[in-house]
Amino acid sequence: MPNKLSMVVFSGTVDRLYPAAIMASGAVAMGMDVELFLTFYGLDAFRMGQPQKNQKMDVNYAELAPMLAQLMKEKNVPSWYEMLLKAKEMGNVRVHACAMTLDLMGMKKEHLDPIVDDVVGVGEFVSNAKEGEITLFL
Amino acid sequence: MVSAADQKIVLDARGSFCPGPLMELIRGIRQAKVGEVVEVWSSDQGSRTDIPFWVQKSGHGLVGVYEEAGYARFVVKKLR
Repeated sequence: MPNKLSMVVFSGTVDRLYPAAIMASGAVAMGMDVELFLTFYGLDAFRMGQPQKNQKMDVNYAELAPMLAQLMKEKNVPSWYEMLLKAKEMGNVRVHACAMTLDLMGMKKEHLDPIVDDVVGVGEFVSNAKEGEITLFL
Repeated sequence: MVSAADQKIVLDARGSFCPGPLMELIRGIRQAKVGEVVEVWSSDQGSRTDIPFWVQKSGHGLVGVYEEAGYARFVVKKLR
């Protein structure tokens, strides 16, 4: 059985993109392969230019968002995107765009950030995830 | 004369958060030669368990964890 962590990244808010990047880093550190499947708002967060400027936070925690953003800035926490780039540099992290969402939004791979490796259908992702031990939905 | 065993790589990851210091250590270990010692400094709480766990799992040697003011020094020997 491949040693693998798969994640469905559905949410596009920064507070959820962080766990995706941090879990990917932890998995790579432990020698695991990582597969990210970006769909809906999660895919929107990877549109060209978005990883650098997206500031969206979960509205349920709107009152905490400015404080958290300030703390992260003060403490020099790298962005989720930098963390993900680093994880990708260190190990086998594959970033897949959901074909259906791309079609829906009328986009092509070239409209996405270059960290995205390819465009796959849900069937391919699920059958790949099936071989691993852990699959998360974020 | 300085032998390979005396070479030490020191990585200051203080101020970096989980899993930053562990990632720095892994990077350092990859660049080091077998037998060399890599030392990472961390002020992150997660490192206290994460780093020894990784060292054991990846088959290297934890020479020691040394408490300093506000941080810890993790000294690791590359064994393979």
